[in-house]
Amino acid sequence: MERKIRIMVAKPGLDGHDRGARILARCFRDAGFEVIYTGCHQTPEQIASAAIQEDVDLVGLSCLSGAHKYLFPKVVELLKEQGAQDIAVIGGGIIPEQDFEQLYKAGVKEIFTPGKSLESIVEWIRNNIAVH
Amino acid sequence: MYFTKDLLKQSKALTKKWEDQVKRLTQKNADQKERWSTVSDLEIKRLYTPEDIEHMDFERDISVPGEFPFLRGNQPTGYRGRYWTFRMFSGMGTAKETNKRWHLLLKEGQTGLSTAFDFPTLMGYDTDSPIARGECGKCGVAIDTLEDFLQLVDGIPLDQITTSMTINPPATVLWAMYCAAAELKGVPLKKIGGTIQNDMLKEFIAQKTFMCPPEPSVKLICDTIEFGTKFVPRWNTVSISGYHIREAGSTAVQELAFTLRDGIEYVESTMKQKKLDVDDFAPRLSFFFNSHIDFFEEICKMRAARRMWARIMRDRFKAKNPRSWWMRFHTQTAGCSLTAQQPYNNVVRTAVEALAAVLGGTQSLHTNSLDEVLCLPSEHAVEIALRTQQIIAEETGAANTIDPLAGSYFIESLTNTMEEKAWEYIEKIDDMGGMVSAIEKGFPQMEIADAAYNYQRQIDKGEKVMIGINKYVGDDKAPIPLVEIDEKVEEEQTKSLQAVKRKRNGKLVVESLNSLKKACREGENVMPYCIEAVKNLATVQEICDVYREVYGEYHDPGLF
Repeated sequence: MERKIRIMVAKPGLDGHDRGARILARCFRDAGFEVIYTGCHQTPEQIASAAIQEDVDLVGLSCLSGAHKYLFPKVVELLKEQGAQDIAVIGGGIIPEQDFEQLYKAGVKEIFTPGKSLESIVEWIRNNIAVH
Repeated sequence: MYFTKDLLKQSKALTKKWEDQVKRLTQKNADQKERWSTVSDLEIKRLYTPEDIEHMDFERDISVPGEFPFLRGNQPTGYRGRYWTFRMFSGMGTAKETNKRWHLLLKEGQTGLSTAFDFPTLMGYDTDSPIARGECGKCGVAIDTLEDFLQLVDGIPLDQITTSMTINPPATVLWAMYCAAAELKGVPLKKIGGTIQNDMLKEFIAQKTFMCPPEPSVKLICDTIEFGTKFVPRWNTVSISGYHIREAGSTAVQELAFTLRDGIEYVESTMKQKKLDVDDFAPRLSFFFNSHIDFFEEICKMRAARRMWARIMRDRFKAKNPRSWWMRFHTQTAGCSLTAQQPYNNVVRTAVEALAAVLGGTQSLHTNSLDEVLCLPSEHAVEIALRTQQIIAEETGAANTIDPLAGSYFIESLTNTMEEKAWEYIEKIDDMGGMVSAIEKGFPQMEIADAAYNYQRQIDKGEKVMIGINKYVGDDKAPIPLVEIDEKVEEEQTKSLQAVKRKRNGKLVVESLNSLKKACREGENVMPYCIEAVKNLATVQEICDVYREVYGEYHDPGLF
């Protein structure tokens, strides 16, 4: 049987706004993905090593504190350093549009901001993420 | 009984007639939708009649303002003596920058201060801590030591202005700084007034700013309640908060129930741990609610909250002082009701929510700025938000009369319904052995997660409407300017922290931290030790590290 897409939903940094992350974790599970949710207050190091250990296909980062410009690229960088560049990283939260370009350049594959429907995020994953 | 038999008979007959007519009409033209409900999914009837409230007892359930059960307000005089406090939550970047914003707000007619701290401060870390990278000054003001704090309150008359501080795990530390600052400015502790949020239970339930496990967290709160009772009598040592519970996605009833149950837990713990009489400290307990977009539901929630707390304090805790029966609360309009799309619409939402809070009888109010869903609020956006309150107070007539919606069949009925549903939750949590134990079982967390998920599904399916998100979607006509915190703030703040560390007396710091540690281990009240430590320029993290070491750390169980 084909393995399901494995997703880690993670909350980097000190931010505790987890409503979005928890809704997405549940939505991904309902959509048939395998889901791991880290809980709040994870360092980029913890997230990268957990993602590798859990052998996930995708890491979804959620940050509403404004620290995304440091935290998101750091996770991508740490994954790459450890030879896990095949794990895709997406992000969401309060991310001003003017920061998108910088995050894309740093290797974040997609950014989802408030107002996106759950369905559209699931669809994006189905179209862009493969089991590796 | 609330109505005469004759009136009820008349009403029943007329209601029957009306029902027949509705039936006829809706067979011809169906309603726009089958089910009409509040934003919290509480079903609402097409019409409310005397029968819906026929079992109410006027004296027992309604009465007049200033009398038990305080449904209609604590103050016999309403808003005529003074309006609610216009208290805008603000904090950004460095203490200097925030102090500037505070002076601006006071100049514009704000009547109380409210502090937003950045995440490192909120979580008990210093700016130079590796875990704090990228967060400095972003969501609020960065405070590491008493020096920052003195800068924050520079030029603020601490004996005249009350200041609220949204701070939870390190509440003892920031309050100690406030006390120390007052002392240095020559203001006696008994003259300062304000609030520390200091409500850890809702952190485990919803906001997720935690440090130590629930039990020692509650112990620290009891310490502050005791210290306040004895030495800082004008201070609200806990602001028992529903706001964050609601923002995390709860229903209005859940917000009401969990907040009151948290309050019960604090009262019980303080009586038990500190051997204080309930009337010694209960008058200083304060509350904090959300005002969401469903106008009537919010008004009823606030009315129900006042009546329930009065009943809890009098009947459950046998409080005798009427002030102990009062529920005094601050309100903030709902951040989660705002949209990044078409952001100017947020001004309208906030105005409606603020009006609901006023009609619900709030004592203090923060109105969100239109840009808060995108970034920290700009000066212009904050000014509009403050003006919204001033317009409600001084133009609309909403403050003319007390509790103007009382006696409405709908309002009284919905108030009763919310109270009944909230009691059910409270009983359930009582049966679980209290809130700490319910939290350990994940009960409130999962109830909220269910409600939040349900709501998001309803939005996705279009069953609930958010303009600009799932209806009337369109391009934004005028983009708004975004406030950004310069990454240099972190560098500057780190430098000034290092400078303080160099100049302070290291020996005194170590000694005061050791005394604090001893006090923690021996179960003494930490406040005097905390004040001593901040005066010696111990940092927020140094003090919190003592708590972490003695009490242990709590980690998010990651329930979803």
